[in-house]
Amino acid sequence: MKNNYYIYIVAMALVTYLIRVLPLTLLRKPITNRFFRSFLYYVPYVTLAVMTFPAILFSTSRLLYGGMAFAVGIVLAWTSGNLFVVELGCCLVVLLMNAVLH
Amino acid sequence: MEQNQASIYPGDEPYHSVGPFVRGMRDAIPIGLGYCAVSFSLGIAAGNVGYTTLQGFWLSLLNVSSSGEYAGIVLSAEQAGFIELALMIFVANARYLLMSFALSQRFAPDATLFHRLTIGFGLTDELFGLGIASKGWLNPIYMYGAFLPSIPLWAIGTALGVYAGNVLPPVIAEAMNVAIFGMFLAIIIPPAKKDPVVLGAVIASFVLSLAASLLPLTASISSGTRTLVLTVIIASVVALLFPIKEEPGQDIVSEPGESPADSGPV
Repeated sequence: MKNNYYIYIVAMALVTYLIRVLPLTLLRKPITNRFFRSFLYYVPYVTLAVMTFPAILFSTSRLLYGGMAFAVGIVLAWTSGNLFVVELGCCLVVLLMNAVLH
Repeated sequence: MEQNQASIYPGDEPYHSVGPFVRGMRDAIPIGLGYCAVSFSLGIAAGNVGYTTLQGFWLSLLNVSSSGEYAGIVLSAEQAGFIELALMIFVANARYLLMSFALSQRFAPDATLFHRLTIGFGLTDELFGLGIASKGWLNPIYMYGAFLPSIPLWAIGTALGVYAGNVLPPVIAEAMNVAIFGMFLAIIIPPAKKDPVVLGAVIASFVLSLAASLLPLTASISSGTRTLVLTVIIASVVALLFPIKEEPGQDIVSEPGESPADSGPV
C-alpha cells in the first residue's frame, strides 16, 4: 500500500510541471480573461483556508487543542505576519494545552 | 553575436560565465534555509498518513510546492482517483500559470526550449521572485544557481519532517501537526488584513468548509473532493463579484530594461 504513494507523487509532479511549463513553452500569450485572472488571484487564499479549517481541529488529540492553535495562529498572523512565529506559536499552544490539561 | 549578448544581459557577466551561477546560489541560500524549515511541517503531515522518509524526499523534490503537495498528501491518503487528483493539483497550483506567463516574457527571444523546460520545473513563488527581480532578460544560468541550494533543501526538509514525526515523542509530534496549518495561516492572513475582499473570501472559506464537513450530505464526501469543489465554487463567486482591477502593466511583469528591482531581490 505504501508504495502506492509513488504513483501519486509522480502524477502530482506531472500536473504541477505542466502548469509551470506550458505558459513558458506552448501557450506564451498571457491570460487576458478578467474572470479567469481574478479566479487565479483568489484561488490560493481560498484553497489554503479550506484546507486549514476545520482540518486543524482534527489534527490534535482533542478538538480544543486544534481550535486554540487556530485562534492563536490567526492572531499571530494578523499581528506579526512572520511565518516562523506563527508556526511556532501554533505548536507551542498545543504543547502547552497537552501539558496543562493532561 | 558577442556584442548582442553583452547587451541582452545588461550589467551581467557573459552568458555562460560562472558569475551568474554563483550569484544565483548566493541569492537563494536564505530561501533554501527557509524552505528546509517550512517543508519540515509538510513532512510531518506526509508522515502522518504513512509516507516514508524517502517518499517525502521525492514528493518535495519533484513537486516543489507547498499547498499542492499538501493537497496531494490528503488525496493520496484517501486513495483518490487520478482525475480528481489532477484537478485538485491544478486548482491548488493554478497560480503558477500566472507566474509562468509573467516569467515567459522575461526570457530573451532566443532563449532555448531547453532552458524554458528546465526553469519551469523550479518555478516556486520565491524563485519566481528572484527571476522577476533580476535585471534585463532572464539569465537561465542565474536561475540554475538559485535552484541548487533551494530545491534540494526543500526536499531534505520534508524528509527530515517525516523522520522527526516518526521518532519524536508523541506529545511533540502532536504539537507539530498544527505547524502546516500555522504556515497556511501565515500565508493567507496578512493579505486578508490588507484586502477586505480576500478577508471575506477567507472567512467564507472557513465557514463553508466547516459546514461542508458537518452537513450529512457533504460530510460523506472525501475531504479532498470537498476542498476541490469548495475552492472552485468560492473562488468563482468571489471572482465574479469582485473581479480584480484590470490595469495595463498591473501584471507582475515589467518590461525588460525597466525592471523596478534595481536593488536586487528581497
